Amino acid sequence: MRGTQLPLNQTQKVRLQRALQQLESLSSKINSNASVTVADSIPVNYEDGVLKGHGTSELNGEIIATVCGIVERVNKLVYVRALRARYKPEVGDIIVGRVVEVAPKRWRIEINYSQDAVLMLSSMNLPDGIQRRRTAIDELNMRSIFEESDVICAEVRGFQHDGLHLQARSQKYGKLKRGQLLTVPPYLVKRRKQHFHYLEQYGIDVILGCNGFIWVGEHVEATDDMVEEQVSKSEQQTMNSDGILTDMEEQEQVSTPLEIRRYVCRAANAVRVLSTLGFIVTIEVIVEIVNLSSSMNLDIHEMLGSEFCVLVTEKEVERRTLTKKKG
Amino acid sequence: MEFVSPEGLRLDGRRPTEMRQIRAELGAVAKADGSAVFEMGNTKVVAAVYGPREVQNRSQQLSDQALVRCEYSMANFSTGDRMRKPKGDRRSTEISLVIRQTMEACIMTHLMPRSQIDIFVQVLQADGGTRSACINAATLALADAGIPMHDLVTSCSAGYLNSTPLLDLNYVEDSARGPDVTVGILPKLDKVTLLQRISCRLCMTDTTGEYKGIRISTRWINYNEG
Repeated sequence: MRGTQLPLNQTQKVRLQRALQQLESLSSKINSNASVTVADSIPVNYEDGVLKGHGTSELNGEIIATVCGIVERVNKLVYVRALRARYKPEVGDIIVGRVVEVAPKRWRIEINYSQDAVLMLSSMNLPDGIQRRRTAIDELNMRSIFEESDVICAEVRGFQHDGLHLQARSQKYGKLKRGQLLTVPPYLVKRRKQHFHYLEQYGIDVILGCNGFIWVGEHVEATDDMVEEQVSKSEQQTMNSDGILTDMEEQEQVSTPLEIRRYVCRAANAVRVLSTLGFIVTIEVIVEIVNLSSSMNLDIHEMLGSEFCVLVTEKEVERRTLTKKKG
Repeated sequence: MEFVSPEGLRLDGRRPTEMRQIRAELGAVAKADGSAVFEMGNTKVVAAVYGPREVQNRSQQLSDQALVRCEYSMANFSTGDRMRKPKGDRRSTEISLVIRQTMEACIMTHLMPRSQIDIFVQVLQADGGTRSACINAATLALADAGIPMHDLVTSCSAGYLNSTPLLDLNYVEDSARGPDVTVGILPKLDKVTLLQRISCRLCMTDTTGEYKGIRISTRWINYNEG
Protein backbone atom coordinates (compact mmCIF):
# COMPACT_ATOMS: atom_id res chain seq x y z
CA MET A 1 0.00 0.00 0.00
CA ARG A 2 2.62 2.44 -1.12
CA GLY A 3 1.69 5.88 -2.31
CA THR A 4 -1.71 4.67 -3.45
CA GLN A 5 -4.01 7.48 -4.32
CA LEU A 6 -7.52 6.24 -4.70
CA PRO A 7 -10.34 8.73 -4.92
CA LEU A 8 -12.19 7.56 -1.83
CA ASN A 9 -15.31 8.99 -0.23
CA GLN A 10 -15.62 9.27 3.52
CA THR A 11 -17.09 5.85 4.28
CA GLN A 12 -14.67 4.11 1.95
CA LYS A 13 -11.79 5.88 3.62
CA VAL A 14 -12.91 4.73 7.06
CA ARG A 15 -13.45 1.15 5.86
CA LEU A 16 -10.07 1.04 4.16
CA GLN A 17 -8.31 2.39 7.20
CA ARG A 18 -9.97 -0.11 9.48
CA ALA A 19 -9.10 -2.98 7.15
CA LEU A 20 -5.48 -1.86 6.92
CA GLN A 21 -5.26 -1.57 10.69
CA GLN A 22 -6.60 -5.10 11.06
CA LEU A 23 -4.06 -6.32 8.53
CA GLU A 24 -1.31 -4.66 10.48
CA SER A 25 -2.40 -6.26 13.72
CA LEU A 26 -2.60 -9.65 12.00
CA SER A 27 0.90 -9.50 10.58
CA SER A 28 3.57 -11.21 12.60
CA LYS A 29 5.38 -9.03 15.08
CA ILE A 30 8.59 -11.04 15.11
CA ASN A 31 10.47 -8.80 12.73
CA SER A 32 8.89 -5.50 13.63
CA ASN A 33 12.01 -4.16 15.35
CA ALA A 34 14.40 -5.46 12.71
CA SER A 35 13.82 -2.85 10.05
CA VAL A 36 16.83 -0.73 9.13
CA THR A 37 17.62 2.12 6.80
CA VAL A 38 20.84 2.82 4.94
CA ALA A 39 23.83 3.18 7.31
CA ASP A 40 22.01 1.91 10.39
CA SER A 41 24.19 -0.34 12.49
CA ILE A 42 22.95 -3.88 12.99
CA PRO A 43 23.45 -5.28 16.49
CA VAL A 44 25.16 -8.68 16.33
CA ASN A 45 26.73 -11.02 18.77
CA TYR A 46 30.38 -11.11 17.77
CA GLU A 47 31.30 -14.01 20.02
CA ASP A 48 29.45 -16.45 17.81
CA GLY A 49 31.16 -15.18 14.69
CA VAL A 50 29.25 -13.35 12.00
CA LEU A 51 28.92 -13.83 8.26
CA LYS A 52 28.00 -10.68 6.38
CA GLY A 53 25.38 -11.26 3.73
CA HIS A 54 23.72 -9.09 1.12
CA GLY A 55 22.90 -5.53 2.05
CA THR A 56 25.53 -5.24 4.76
CA SER A 57 29.02 -3.81 5.01
CA GLU A 58 31.57 -3.32 7.74
CA LEU A 59 32.61 0.01 9.19
CA ASN A 60 34.92 0.39 12.17
CA GLY A 61 34.23 -3.16 13.27
CA GLU A 62 30.50 -2.56 13.16
CA ILE A 63 28.06 -4.07 10.70
CA ILE A 64 25.94 -1.49 8.91
CA ALA A 65 23.09 -1.84 6.46
CA THR A 66 23.51 -0.62 2.89
CA VAL A 67 19.87 -0.86 1.87
CA CYS A 68 16.56 -0.11 3.56
CA GLY A 69 14.92 -3.33 4.61
CA ILE A 70 14.46 -6.06 7.16
CA VAL A 71 17.34 -7.74 8.95
CA GLU A 72 17.27 -11.50 8.52
CA ARG A 73 19.44 -13.88 10.49
CA VAL A 74 20.19 -17.46 9.52
CA ASN A 75 22.59 -19.04 12.03
CA LYS A 76 25.75 -16.95 11.61
CA LEU A 77 24.64 -15.22 8.46
CA VAL A 78 23.23 -11.72 8.79
CA TYR A 79 21.70 -10.09 5.75
CA VAL A 80 19.23 -7.33 4.91
CA ARG A 81 16.25 -8.06 2.70
CA ALA A 82 15.55 -4.89 0.71
CA LEU A 83 12.00 -3.55 0.83
CA ARG A 84 11.86 -2.66 -2.82
CA ALA A 85 14.43 -3.68 -5.36
CA ARG A 86 14.73 -5.05 -8.83
CA TYR A 87 14.28 -8.75 -9.43
CA LYS A 88 17.17 -10.94 -8.35
CA PRO A 89 17.25 -14.15 -10.38
CA GLU A 90 17.69 -17.59 -8.88
CA VAL A 91 18.41 -20.73 -10.84
CA GLY A 92 15.18 -22.45 -11.81
CA ASP A 93 12.95 -19.40 -11.59
CA ILE A 94 10.20 -19.20 -14.15
CA ILE A 95 10.13 -15.78 -15.70
CA VAL A 96 8.24 -13.84 -18.32
CA GLY A 97 10.23 -11.39 -20.40
CA ARG A 98 10.28 -9.34 -23.53
CA VAL A 99 12.70 -9.83 -26.40
CA VAL A 100 14.69 -6.66 -26.96
CA GLU A 101 17.29 -7.81 -29.46
CA VAL A 102 18.00 -10.66 -31.82
CA ALA A 103 21.77 -11.20 -31.74
CA PRO A 104 23.96 -13.93 -33.26
CA LYS A 105 22.77 -17.30 -31.89
CA ARG A 106 20.94 -15.62 -29.03
CA TRP A 107 18.07 -13.41 -28.00
CA ARG A 108 18.42 -10.67 -25.44
CA ILE A 109 15.49 -10.51 -23.09
CA GLU A 110 14.37 -7.77 -20.73
CA ILE A 111 13.41 -9.35 -17.41
CA ASN A 112 13.50 -6.43 -14.94
CA TYR A 113 17.00 -7.38 -13.80
CA SER A 114 20.05 -5.11 -13.80
CA GLN A 115 21.16 -6.69 -17.07
CA ASP A 116 19.33 -8.18 -20.00
CA ALA A 117 19.12 -11.97 -19.93
CA VAL A 118 20.41 -14.15 -22.75
CA LEU A 119 18.47 -16.98 -24.34
CA MET A 120 20.76 -19.02 -26.58
CA LEU A 121 19.36 -20.62 -29.68
CA SER A 122 20.93 -23.88 -28.52
CA SER A 123 19.17 -23.80 -25.15
CA MET A 124 15.66 -23.90 -26.51
CA ASN A 125 13.57 -26.47 -28.27
CA LEU A 126 12.98 -25.84 -31.93
CA PRO A 127 9.38 -25.67 -33.09
CA ASP A 128 9.69 -28.94 -34.99
CA GLY A 129 10.64 -30.65 -31.73
CA ILE A 130 13.66 -32.46 -33.12
CA GLN A 131 16.87 -32.59 -31.10
CA ARG A 132 19.78 -31.69 -33.37
CA ARG A 133 22.70 -29.35 -33.86
CA ARG A 134 21.69 -25.81 -34.68
CA THR A 135 22.74 -24.98 -38.20
CA ALA A 136 23.35 -21.66 -39.90
CA ILE A 137 19.89 -21.95 -41.42
CA ASP A 138 18.39 -22.12 -37.94
CA GLU A 139 20.32 -19.02 -37.05
CA LEU A 140 18.91 -17.19 -40.04
CA ASN A 141 15.40 -18.28 -39.12
CA MET A 142 15.66 -17.04 -35.54
CA ARG A 143 13.18 -14.25 -36.20
CA SER A 144 10.57 -16.79 -37.16
CA ILE A 145 10.76 -18.12 -33.59
CA PHE A 146 10.97 -14.89 -31.59
CA GLU A 147 11.04 -11.35 -32.86
CA GLU A 148 11.83 -8.13 -31.08
CA SER A 149 9.10 -7.10 -28.60
CA ASP A 150 7.68 -10.63 -28.39
CA VAL A 151 6.70 -11.72 -24.90
CA ILE A 152 8.18 -15.05 -23.95
CA CYS A 153 8.34 -17.35 -20.99
CA ALA A 154 11.50 -19.18 -19.93
CA GLU A 155 13.45 -20.61 -17.01
CA VAL A 156 16.60 -19.21 -15.42
CA ARG A 157 19.51 -21.49 -16.28
CA GLY A 158 22.29 -19.74 -14.42
CA PHE A 159 25.07 -17.20 -14.61
CA GLN A 160 27.70 -17.55 -17.27
CA HIS A 161 30.62 -15.25 -17.90
CA ASP A 162 28.55 -13.03 -20.20
CA GLY A 163 25.55 -12.62 -17.98
CA LEU A 164 22.37 -14.39 -17.03
CA HIS A 165 21.33 -17.31 -19.23
CA LEU A 166 17.83 -18.62 -19.75
CA GLN A 167 16.54 -21.84 -21.20
CA ALA A 168 13.28 -22.90 -22.76
CA ARG A 169 13.59 -26.65 -23.06
CA SER A 170 9.96 -27.62 -22.86
CA GLN A 171 6.83 -26.97 -24.82
CA LYS A 172 5.31 -24.99 -21.97
CA TYR A 173 7.93 -22.31 -22.48
CA GLY A 174 8.07 -20.09 -25.52
CA LYS A 175 6.22 -17.26 -27.14
CA LEU A 176 3.10 -15.95 -25.42
CA LYS A 177 0.26 -14.79 -27.59
CA ARG A 178 -3.25 -13.45 -27.24
CA GLY A 179 -3.18 -12.05 -23.77
CA GLN A 180 -1.96 -9.27 -21.54
CA LEU A 181 1.40 -8.69 -19.88
CA LEU A 182 1.23 -7.02 -16.48
CA THR A 183 4.13 -5.73 -14.47
CA VAL A 184 3.94 -5.80 -10.69
CA PRO A 185 6.71 -5.25 -8.13
CA PRO A 186 8.70 -8.52 -8.02
CA TYR A 187 8.31 -8.92 -4.26
CA LEU A 188 4.59 -9.51 -4.75
CA VAL A 189 5.24 -12.82 -6.52
CA LYS A 190 6.44 -15.57 -4.22
CA ARG A 191 8.35 -18.60 -5.47
CA ARG A 192 6.10 -21.65 -5.47
CA LYS A 193 6.00 -25.10 -6.98
CA GLN A 194 3.65 -24.06 -9.72
CA HIS A 195 3.83 -20.86 -11.75
CA PHE A 196 1.81 -21.96 -14.78
CA HIS A 197 -1.87 -22.00 -14.07
CA TYR A 198 -4.73 -23.05 -16.30
CA LEU A 199 -8.07 -21.76 -15.06
CA GLU A 200 -10.42 -24.23 -16.70
CA GLN A 201 -13.58 -22.44 -15.66
CA TYR A 202 -12.54 -19.37 -17.65
CA GLY A 203 -10.38 -20.96 -20.33
CA ILE A 204 -7.41 -18.74 -19.55
CA ASP A 205 -3.76 -19.23 -18.67
CA VAL A 206 -2.03 -17.27 -15.95
CA ILE A 207 1.76 -17.31 -15.68
CA LEU A 208 3.16 -15.70 -12.55
CA GLY A 209 6.72 -14.83 -13.51
CA CYS A 210 9.09 -14.61 -10.56
CA ASN A 211 10.41 -11.33 -11.98
CA GLY A 212 7.07 -9.62 -11.46
CA PHE A 213 5.90 -9.97 -15.04
CA ILE A 214 2.53 -11.67 -15.11
CA TRP A 215 0.97 -13.09 -18.23
CA VAL A 216 -2.78 -13.50 -18.55
CA GLY A 217 -3.89 -15.00 -21.84
CA GLU A 218 -6.09 -17.42 -23.68
CA HIS A 219 -5.39 -21.04 -22.87
CA VAL A 220 -3.18 -22.90 -25.31
CA GLU A 221 -2.69 -26.65 -25.28
CA ALA A 222 1.07 -26.87 -25.41
CA THR A 223 1.47 -30.59 -25.96
CA ASP A 224 -1.55 -31.02 -28.20
CA ASP A 225 -0.20 -28.36 -30.52
CA MET A 226 2.89 -30.43 -31.03
CA VAL A 227 0.96 -33.56 -31.86
CA GLU A 228 -1.32 -31.74 -34.26
CA GLU A 229 1.64 -30.18 -35.94
CA GLN A 230 3.25 -33.51 -36.48
CA VAL A 231 0.01 -35.02 -37.70
CA SER A 232 -0.60 -32.23 -40.11
CA LYS A 233 2.96 -32.50 -41.29
CA SER A 234 2.64 -36.16 -42.07
CA GLU A 235 -0.61 -35.45 -43.88
CA GLN A 236 0.75 -32.63 -45.96
CA GLN A 237 3.97 -33.93 -47.35
CA THR A 238 4.09 -31.05 -49.80
CA MET A 239 4.66 -28.43 -47.15
CA ASN A 240 7.40 -25.99 -48.03
CA SER A 241 10.32 -25.00 -45.86
CA ASP A 242 8.57 -22.11 -44.12
CA GLY A 243 5.70 -24.33 -43.11
CA ILE A 244 6.06 -23.20 -39.53
CA LEU A 245 5.37 -19.66 -40.55
CA THR A 246 2.17 -20.51 -42.38
CA ASP A 247 1.11 -22.56 -39.39
CA MET A 248 1.54 -19.51 -37.20
CA GLU A 249 -0.42 -17.36 -39.59
CA GLU A 250 -3.24 -19.86 -39.51
CA GLN A 251 -3.24 -19.70 -35.76
CA GLU A 252 -3.35 -15.93 -35.81
CA GLN A 253 -6.50 -16.02 -37.88
CA VAL A 254 -8.40 -17.92 -35.24
CA SER A 255 -9.76 -15.17 -33.07
CA THR A 256 -10.26 -15.42 -29.34
CA PRO A 257 -13.92 -15.67 -28.34
CA LEU A 258 -15.36 -12.59 -26.64
CA GLU A 259 -16.16 -14.52 -23.46
CA ILE A 260 -12.52 -15.54 -23.00
CA ARG A 261 -11.34 -12.02 -23.75
CA ARG A 262 -13.58 -10.76 -20.96
CA TYR A 263 -12.13 -13.27 -18.53
CA VAL A 264 -8.61 -12.31 -19.57
CA CYS A 265 -9.43 -8.68 -18.80
CA ARG A 266 -11.06 -9.58 -15.50
CA ALA A 267 -8.06 -11.60 -14.36
CA ALA A 268 -5.72 -8.84 -15.53
CA ASN A 269 -7.67 -6.26 -13.58
CA ALA A 270 -7.60 -8.51 -10.53
CA VAL A 271 -3.80 -8.48 -10.73
CA ARG A 272 -3.81 -4.70 -11.16
CA VAL A 273 -5.97 -4.24 -8.05
CA LEU A 274 -3.69 -6.52 -6.03
CA SER A 275 -0.64 -4.66 -7.18
CA THR A 276 -2.04 -1.22 -6.33
CA LEU A 277 -3.03 -2.48 -2.89
CA GLY A 278 0.34 -4.21 -2.45
CA PHE A 279 -0.98 -7.70 -1.69
CA ILE A 280 0.84 -10.88 -2.61
CA VAL A 281 -0.32 -12.12 -6.02
CA THR A 282 -1.26 -15.79 -5.93
CA ILE A 283 -3.53 -17.74 -8.22
CA GLU A 284 -6.06 -18.43 -5.44
CA VAL A 285 -6.50 -14.73 -4.75
CA ILE A 286 -6.83 -13.90 -8.44
CA VAL A 287 -9.57 -16.53 -8.84
CA GLU A 288 -11.31 -15.24 -5.75
CA ILE A 289 -11.29 -11.65 -7.00
CA VAL A 290 -12.51 -12.66 -10.46
CA ASN A 291 -15.35 -14.62 -8.86
CA LEU A 292 -16.17 -11.73 -6.55
CA SER A 293 -16.37 -9.29 -9.42
CA SER A 294 -18.54 -11.52 -11.57
CA SER A 295 -20.83 -12.44 -8.68
CA MET A 296 -21.36 -8.73 -8.05
CA ASN A 297 -22.13 -8.21 -11.74
CA LEU A 298 -19.46 -5.57 -11.99
CA ASP A 299 -18.28 -4.38 -15.36
CA ILE A 300 -14.64 -5.05 -16.10
CA HIS A 301 -13.65 -1.41 -15.81
CA GLU A 302 -15.45 -1.06 -12.48
CA MET A 303 -12.94 -3.47 -10.97
CA LEU A 304 -10.38 -0.68 -10.90
CA GLY A 305 -12.70 1.66 -9.00
CA SER A 306 -12.09 2.56 -5.38
CA GLU A 307 -15.15 0.71 -4.07
CA PHE A 308 -13.87 -2.60 -5.40
CA CYS A 309 -10.40 -1.94 -4.01
CA VAL A 310 -11.88 -1.44 -0.53
CA LEU A 311 -13.86 -4.67 -0.93
CA VAL A 312 -10.74 -6.59 -1.94
CA THR A 313 -8.93 -5.24 1.12
CA GLU A 314 -11.74 -6.42 3.37
CA LYS A 315 -11.66 -9.84 1.72
CA GLU A 316 -7.92 -10.00 2.33
CA VAL A 317 -8.53 -9.32 6.04
CA GLU A 318 -11.05 -12.15 6.15
CA ARG A 319 -8.69 -14.53 4.44
CA ARG A 320 -5.76 -13.72 6.69
CA THR A 321 -7.89 -14.08 9.83
CA LEU A 322 -8.96 -17.52 8.61
CA THR A 323 -5.43 -18.69 7.89
CA LYS A 324 -4.30 -17.33 11.23
CA LYS A 325 -7.00 -19.28 13.04
CA LYS A 326 -6.04 -22.43 11.18
CA GLY A 327 -2.37 -21.98 11.93
CA MET B 1 19.74 45.73 2.01
CA GLU B 2 19.20 44.40 5.47
CA PHE B 3 18.96 40.63 5.59
CA VAL B 4 19.05 40.26 9.33
CA SER B 5 16.88 42.56 11.38
CA PRO B 6 18.19 44.09 14.62
CA GLU B 7 16.11 41.53 16.50
CA GLY B 8 18.18 38.83 14.81
CA LEU B 9 15.48 37.59 12.46
CA ARG B 10 15.81 37.01 8.73
CA LEU B 11 13.47 38.17 5.98
CA ASP B 12 11.28 35.08 6.28
CA GLY B 13 11.29 35.23 10.07
CA ARG B 14 13.94 32.56 10.70
CA ARG B 15 16.88 32.80 13.05
CA PRO B 16 20.27 32.88 11.29
CA THR B 17 21.05 29.22 12.02
CA GLU B 18 17.55 27.95 11.50
CA MET B 19 16.64 25.71 8.57
CA ARG B 20 13.48 25.90 6.57
CA GLN B 21 10.85 23.24 7.08
CA ILE B 22 11.66 20.05 5.22
CA ARG B 23 9.25 17.47 3.92
CA ALA B 24 9.95 14.31 1.98
CA GLU B 25 7.71 11.88 0.19
CA LEU B 26 8.70 8.57 -1.36
CA GLY B 27 7.15 6.89 -4.35
CA ALA B 28 5.97 9.91 -6.30
CA VAL B 29 6.70 8.47 -9.75
CA ALA B 30 4.86 5.22 -10.34
CA LYS B 31 6.94 3.79 -13.18
CA ALA B 32 10.36 4.57 -11.71
CA ASP B 33 12.33 2.05 -9.64
CA GLY B 34 12.62 4.65 -6.91
CA SER B 35 11.44 8.22 -6.56
CA ALA B 36 11.11 10.99 -4.03
CA VAL B 37 9.79 14.52 -3.64
CA PHE B 38 11.82 16.72 -1.36
CA GLU B 39 10.82 20.16 -0.10
CA MET B 40 12.91 22.71 1.77
CA GLY B 41 10.57 25.56 2.49
CA ASN B 42 9.32 26.69 -0.89
CA THR B 43 11.96 24.79 -2.83
CA LYS B 44 10.44 21.62 -4.22
CA VAL B 45 12.31 18.96 -6.15
CA VAL B 46 11.30 15.60 -7.59
CA ALA B 47 13.83 12.85 -8.22
CA ALA B 48 13.36 9.57 -10.07
CA VAL B 49 15.79 6.67 -10.27
CA TYR B 50 15.75 4.05 -13.00
CA GLY B 51 17.93 1.04 -12.67
CA PRO B 52 20.22 -0.73 -12.24
CA ARG B 53 19.36 -1.64 -15.80
CA GLU B 54 21.07 -2.69 -19.01
CA VAL B 55 23.53 -0.08 -20.33
CA GLN B 56 21.98 1.77 -23.24
CA ASN B 57 25.22 2.69 -24.92
CA ARG B 58 27.35 -0.45 -25.02
CA SER B 59 30.60 1.49 -25.39
CA GLN B 60 30.03 3.09 -21.98
CA GLN B 61 29.56 -0.25 -20.24
CA LEU B 62 31.94 -0.85 -17.36
CA SER B 63 32.80 -4.45 -16.62
CA ASP B 64 33.57 -3.92 -12.94
CA GLN B 65 31.07 -1.31 -11.80
CA ALA B 66 27.80 0.38 -12.57
CA LEU B 67 27.53 3.49 -14.68
CA VAL B 68 25.79 6.36 -12.91
CA ARG B 69 24.12 9.06 -14.95
CA CYS B 70 22.27 12.12 -13.80
CA GLU B 71 20.10 14.67 -15.48
CA TYR B 72 19.08 17.89 -13.76
CA SER B 73 16.44 20.17 -15.16
CA MET B 74 14.34 23.06 -14.00
CA ALA B 75 10.66 23.14 -14.84
CA ASN B 76 9.66 26.26 -16.80
CA PHE B 77 7.20 27.19 -14.09
CA SER B 78 9.67 26.78 -11.26
CA THR B 79 10.93 30.35 -11.15
CA GLY B 80 9.13 33.66 -10.77
CA ASP B 81 9.53 34.71 -14.37
CA ARG B 82 8.57 31.98 -16.74
CA MET B 83 11.57 31.41 -18.94
CA ARG B 84 12.12 28.89 -21.66
CA LYS B 85 15.63 27.78 -20.95
CA PRO B 86 17.49 25.63 -23.41
CA LYS B 87 18.00 22.10 -22.16
CA GLY B 88 21.58 21.42 -21.21
CA ASP B 89 22.67 24.95 -20.47
CA ARG B 90 25.83 25.56 -18.54
CA ARG B 91 24.29 25.71 -15.10
CA SER B 92 22.23 22.55 -15.38
CA THR B 93 25.13 20.61 -16.89
CA GLU B 94 27.26 21.64 -13.95
CA ILE B 95 24.64 20.69 -11.37
CA SER B 96 24.06 17.35 -13.14
CA LEU B 97 27.76 16.67 -12.84
CA VAL B 98 27.83 17.67 -9.17
CA ILE B 99 24.88 15.41 -8.32
CA ARG B 100 26.36 12.55 -10.31
CA GLN B 101 29.70 12.76 -8.56
CA THR B 102 28.12 13.05 -5.14
CA MET B 103 25.85 10.08 -5.68
CA GLU B 104 28.51 7.97 -7.35
CA ALA B 105 30.63 8.36 -4.24
CA CYS B 106 28.02 6.80 -2.00
CA ILE B 107 26.52 4.14 -4.29
CA MET B 108 28.27 0.78 -4.04
CA THR B 109 28.74 0.63 -7.79
CA HIS B 110 30.99 -2.44 -7.71
CA LEU B 111 28.01 -4.59 -6.71
CA MET B 112 26.20 -3.93 -9.97
CA PRO B 113 28.71 -4.43 -12.78
CA ARG B 114 27.69 -3.93 -16.40
CA SER B 115 24.61 -1.95 -15.54
CA GLN B 116 23.52 1.64 -15.46
CA ILE B 117 21.68 3.79 -12.94
CA ASP B 118 19.85 6.86 -14.18
CA ILE B 119 18.93 9.67 -11.83
CA PHE B 120 16.53 12.33 -13.06
CA VAL B 121 16.06 15.39 -10.92
CA GLN B 122 13.65 18.19 -11.71
CA VAL B 123 13.09 21.41 -9.82
CA LEU B 124 9.40 22.13 -9.46
CA GLN B 125 9.71 25.27 -7.34
CA ALA B 126 12.96 27.17 -7.02
CA ASP B 127 13.49 29.22 -3.88
CA GLY B 128 17.20 28.94 -3.26
CA GLY B 129 19.18 25.87 -2.26
CA THR B 130 18.05 23.82 -5.24
CA ARG B 131 21.41 22.11 -5.37
CA SER B 132 21.18 20.72 -1.87
CA ALA B 133 17.49 19.87 -2.26
CA CYS B 134 18.34 17.94 -5.43
CA ILE B 135 21.01 15.92 -3.66
CA ASN B 136 18.70 15.11 -0.76
CA ALA B 137 15.94 14.06 -3.15
CA ALA B 138 18.33 11.93 -5.21
CA THR B 139 19.56 10.13 -2.07
CA LEU B 140 16.03 9.32 -0.99
CA ALA B 141 15.12 8.11 -4.47
CA LEU B 142 18.17 5.83 -4.56
CA ALA B 143 17.31 4.42 -1.14
CA ASP B 144 13.76 3.85 -2.34
CA ALA B 145 15.06 1.97 -5.39
CA GLY B 146 16.85 -0.46 -3.08
CA ILE B 147 20.28 0.43 -4.43
CA PRO B 148 23.05 -0.41 -1.94
CA MET B 149 24.81 2.68 -0.61
CA HIS B 150 27.55 3.38 1.89
CA ASP B 151 25.54 6.13 3.54
CA LEU B 152 22.75 8.62 2.93
CA VAL B 153 24.10 11.96 1.73
CA THR B 154 22.58 14.99 3.37
CA SER B 155 23.14 18.43 1.99
CA CYS B 156 22.47 22.02 2.95
CA SER B 157 23.70 25.45 1.97
CA ALA B 158 25.03 28.26 4.12
CA GLY B 159 25.91 31.85 3.40
CA TYR B 160 27.21 34.99 4.92
CA LEU B 161 25.34 38.28 4.81
CA ASN B 162 25.30 41.38 7.02
CA SER B 163 28.20 40.04 9.08
CA THR B 164 26.08 37.05 10.05
CA PRO B 165 26.46 33.43 8.96
CA LEU B 166 23.11 32.19 7.64
CA LEU B 167 21.98 28.59 7.23
CA ASP B 168 19.87 27.38 4.30
CA LEU B 169 19.59 30.48 2.10
CA ASN B 170 16.36 31.23 0.28
CA TYR B 171 16.15 32.89 -3.12
CA VAL B 172 16.35 36.49 -1.88
CA GLU B 173 19.37 35.75 0.29
CA ASP B 174 20.96 33.67 -2.44
CA SER B 175 20.71 36.45 -4.99
CA ALA B 176 22.22 39.00 -2.59
CA ARG B 177 25.58 37.86 -3.96
CA GLY B 178 27.23 37.14 -0.66
CA PRO B 179 29.56 34.17 -0.24
CA ASP B 180 27.79 30.87 0.01
CA VAL B 181 28.68 27.24 0.24
CA THR B 182 26.85 23.99 -0.40
CA VAL B 183 27.91 21.07 1.71
CA GLY B 184 27.09 17.40 1.41
CA ILE B 185 27.99 15.08 4.25
CA LEU B 186 27.85 11.38 4.95
CA PRO B 187 26.78 11.41 8.61
CA LYS B 188 27.68 7.82 9.45
CA LEU B 189 31.06 7.78 7.75
CA ASP B 190 31.67 11.29 9.06
CA LYS B 191 32.90 12.57 5.73
CA VAL B 192 32.22 15.46 3.39
CA THR B 193 31.46 14.43 -0.15
CA LEU B 194 30.58 17.83 -1.53
CA LEU B 195 31.86 21.27 -0.74
CA GLN B 196 31.14 23.83 -3.35
CA ARG B 197 31.26 27.44 -4.44
CA ILE B 198 32.97 29.35 -1.70
CA SER B 199 32.54 32.48 -3.74
CA CYS B 200 33.81 35.04 -1.27
CA ARG B 201 33.15 38.39 -2.82
CA LEU B 202 35.66 40.72 -1.26
CA CYS B 203 33.30 43.65 -1.01
CA MET B 204 32.53 43.31 2.64
CA THR B 205 32.87 46.37 4.74
CA ASP B 206 34.41 44.97 7.87
CA THR B 207 37.31 42.61 7.74
CA THR B 208 36.34 40.72 10.86
CA GLY B 209 33.10 39.75 9.17
CA GLU B 210 34.93 38.36 6.20
CA TYR B 211 37.16 36.40 8.48
CA LYS B 212 34.11 34.89 10.11
CA GLY B 213 32.67 34.04 6.72
CA ILE B 214 35.73 32.12 5.78
CA ARG B 215 35.75 30.48 9.15
CA ILE B 216 32.36 28.89 8.67
CA SER B 217 33.51 27.34 5.45
CA THR B 218 36.80 26.18 6.87
CA ARG B 219 34.98 24.62 9.76
CA TRP B 220 33.26 22.31 7.30
CA ILE B 221 36.57 21.40 5.73
CA ASN B 222 37.97 20.57 9.13
CA TYR B 223 34.93 18.46 9.69
CA ASN B 224 35.94 16.44 6.67
CA GLU B 225 39.42 15.84 7.89
CA GLY B 226 38.54 15.26 11.50
